[in-house]
Amino acid sequence: MPKITYVAVDGNQTTIDVPEGTSVMRGAVFNDIDGIVAQCGGNMQCATCHVYVDETTLDKLEPPKEREDEMLDFTACPRKPNSRLSCQLKSSDALDGLIVHTPERQN
Amino acid sequence: MTDRTQPDSVVVVGAGQGGYQTAASLREHGYEGSITLISAEDALPYERPPLSKAYLKGEADEAMLWLRPATYYVRQSIDLVSGTVTEIDPAARSVRLADGSAYGYGHLVLATGATPRTLDVPGKELRGVHTLRTAQDAVALQASLAGARRAVVVGAGFIGLEFAAVAREAGVEVTVVEALDRPLARVVSAPTAEHFTWLHRSNGTELLFGRGLKALHGDGRSNVTAVELADGSRLPADLVLIGVGVTPRTELATAAGLEVDGGIIVDAQLRTTDPHISAIGDCAAFPQVRSGNRRRLESVQNAVGHAQAVAGRLAGSPRAYDELPWFWSDQFATTVQIAGFNEGHETEVVLGSDPDAFSVLLFRGDDLQAVESVNRPADHLAARRLLTQGTDLTPAEAAAPGFSLRTYLRSLAERGTEAPVAL
Repeated sequence: MPKITYVAVDGNQTTIDVPEGTSVMRGAVFNDIDGIVAQCGGNMQCATCHVYVDETTLDKLEPPKEREDEMLDFTACPRKPNSRLSCQLKSSDALDGLIVHTPERQN
Repeated sequence: MTDRTQPDSVVVVGAGQGGYQTAASLREHGYEGSITLISAEDALPYERPPLSKAYLKGEADEAMLWLRPATYYVRQSIDLVSGTVTEIDPAARSVRLADGSAYGYGHLVLATGATPRTLDVPGKELRGVHTLRTAQDAVALQASLAGARRAVVVGAGFIGLEFAAVAREAGVEVTVVEALDRPLARVVSAPTAEHFTWLHRSNGTELLFGRGLKALHGDGRSNVTAVELADGSRLPADLVLIGVGVTPRTELATAAGLEVDGGIIVDAQLRTTDPHISAIGDCAAFPQVRSGNRRRLESVQNAVGHAQAVAGRLAGSPRAYDELPWFWSDQFATTVQIAGFNEGHETEVVLGSDPDAFSVLLFRGDDLQAVESVNRPADHLAARRLLTQGTDLTPAEAAAPGFSLRTYLRSLAERGTEAPVAL
């Protein structure tokens, strides 16, 4: 099963198995990993599941689609080139080993 | 150290989005008393929005709807109880369940939600006639949909239209019957409503406005076969969805002597007329910050916001609830998002020349009340920021050529007249 690593602001790391098709957001929520709020439940409405993808694993992802790209301009912490909405990152073999950093705050 | 004003136990009646969030937020605030979350449904707390969208299409299984896995409640010491509350005893501060069990409370939170309205017409009990509120409703509707050829949707509200879109995408012939003269009449402006009329018609759905229902007809095996309209015309149907709104579940509150008027009456801190009982979400009629008018709102945002406010208060950080309402609906590939609350607008300003992607700004005088965005998510988020921080934007400014909400928001931040926003 694909493994995803979440790094908190304090540097604390958690690696979990996220089943294929499950989003990186849901993987976090279902494993009590703090730092992702996901107020809208993964419906791309709120931009509160913002993560910074570790530069070393950025090549595992396709670039964001237009709507995610627009939403990323409204995250609570500043957008960076490696910013993504974790509800839009669906686990797959291609994502195995992905590392994401959760931001200081989501709203 | 525990604040001595904190209740030693909280019982939450209703485990929908608001009930779940109350329990979760209490623990996030460090509340250490006991939490009992009573669900009338025999399921883990789940999200409702996908029930009329992805879940109905078969794109999400039951576990995908769960707000949290079962282990979460154990780890957080949240006692999930399955059962129906039949009575509140405010004097003894306890609730009684249908199985005879009782739970005492230091504070009670009513998150009882709402129940779909039905129509008082002959034939409403026929097989193939549905309402949609719970996961169980969605399972039954999905099963009907799998064998359906002709669906009639009664009511062109959000639930009706979301279902109509899913049914059309499944290749079913769909007719929507609406008593008023346009879809979403109570919730969106005319330009937005017009867009949804076009969207559904261009996808092959028949929309009939200004038409009432007289009866539902069935065959010898009690399966629905036709819908009879008030004018006597008949629409063949093997599936009928009644989507004519909801009624807040206020029976327990009324029986307990709480003030109820179109919802459980609460103050700005979501307290009912009993200081040991709060009410949140769909069932609560709360004062709007801007107008002072008491309203009920039916949305995820409202349920979550109320829950967080009540949990904060019970954990020692009281504040008036003043969150900006927002809402969304997905139909076909179109998303409409609404920010703010329209209490009767006078002016509409439409932004965007693309007929499939625009925003409508609704003003009352010079006061921006709400913004509806169709396929313009950035406008929606900009509108939320603008309405939250307060704005003196006038209809004339908004109607100026080249006006953009995002640019306007950025200019406010640069002028330093408002709190800086990350853009």
